[in-house]
Amino acid sequence: MSELNKNIAEYALRIGDTSLILGQRLAEWCGHGPILEEDIALTNISLDLIGQSRAFLTYAGEKEGNGRSEDDLAFFREARTFKNRLMAEQPNGDYAQTMIRQLFLSVYQYYFYTELMKSKDETFAALAEKSLKEVTYHVRHSSEWTIRFGDGTEESHVRTLEAVDTLWKYTGDLFETDQIDADLKKAGIAVDMDVVKTSWDKKIREIFETATLTIPQEGFMIGGSVAGMHTEHLGHLLAEMQVLPRSFPGVEW
Amino acid sequence: MNKTNYSEKEIYNLIAGIPDPEIPVITIEDLGILREVSIKDDKILISITPTYSGCPAMKAIENDIKEILSKHDIGPVEIKTVFSPVWTTDWISDEAKEKLRVYGISPPEKSSSDKNVLLNRHVYCPRCNSTNTELISQFGSTACKALYKCKDCLEPFDHFKCH
Repeated sequence: MSELNKNIAEYALRIGDTSLILGQRLAEWCGHGPILEEDIALTNISLDLIGQSRAFLTYAGEKEGNGRSEDDLAFFREARTFKNRLMAEQPNGDYAQTMIRQLFLSVYQYYFYTELMKSKDETFAALAEKSLKEVTYHVRHSSEWTIRFGDGTEESHVRTLEAVDTLWKYTGDLFETDQIDADLKKAGIAVDMDVVKTSWDKKIREIFETATLTIPQEGFMIGGSVAGMHTEHLGHLLAEMQVLPRSFPGVEW
Repeated sequence: MNKTNYSEKEIYNLIAGIPDPEIPVITIEDLGILREVSIKDDKILISITPTYSGCPAMKAIENDIKEILSKHDIGPVEIKTVFSPVWTTDWISDEAKEKLRVYGISPPEKSSSDKNVLLNRHVYCPRCNSTNTELISQFGSTACKALYKCKDCLEPFDHFKCH
């Protein structure tokens, strides 16, 4: 496998894993949504994300060249080889926490895909264009709830602030890069993460202002996702997500 | 297996009429899901494109295509999912949009290239044509639809989202 293909496979894995893990988290709400419409909304968003993840993981498997399918990559890897952003694996918490996590990630994906559409890698560019259309709806959904909760009752305002407090330390990890990013960026394939971060900061600031929420002071950030370092939550999530294919390898629906 | 008896066009026509599994009044051709049929080295290549990345109907559509072709003894067949050019509701013909409306689904507006249209709220009621409608949930019974309510005739309805 060439160095370039290896890097592209890794880059596709990072994108696909973030969508997959967030999709799995949202699927945990299935049947537990606070109202029927929200139950449907979260599972629809989950479906979009898992669909996006399938395409990126399939591409990662192709570029890796070892014959691994999307399912092999999703169900037969250990936590340390997952490259999803730490934000995606954070627990659902209450609805405010789910929505703030969604807002942070949807806005991140929105600007990430906007940049990735310009990639010289045609598969990345096409998948980015496709995903962006879906993510546009996700941003709208989570920003409306953020505003409704933040500028809502005293209780909803406090709980949203608590959610922001819990999740803010994982926002730095969204924009972490390493040598693979640098090499692929030079080749015109990877995005410029500084551009994504600037747009993300601006958009979150705007939404928070409308929602009467304050951005936390700069503080300690937890990173490590590009190196496969995770919070304790990922292992538990994988145990549930992977149990069936691991217990019955080769099982079919 | 006797692929030489059928041209690319004939194979296309055989499968073009497959109904969408979720919205059976329109076909995979109407929706723009069926992209291309080509014959290369004794193999039939069929390209389809998903409406939404996670649309579960894609698998059902693949199975329907395989079933029809195997009935006609056509093969071997490879079905490829393509992502470029990216699917848009602009590919749905006016005739198919009318079929959607009669079926009770408010069809998508034109030109999804404009982000403002993508999130447009001026949606027609498929029953009384009123634009006095209200969004209940931007996510509906399938990935491609949102749920609305008409404030004139008071009927709830599905809207095929502009994409």
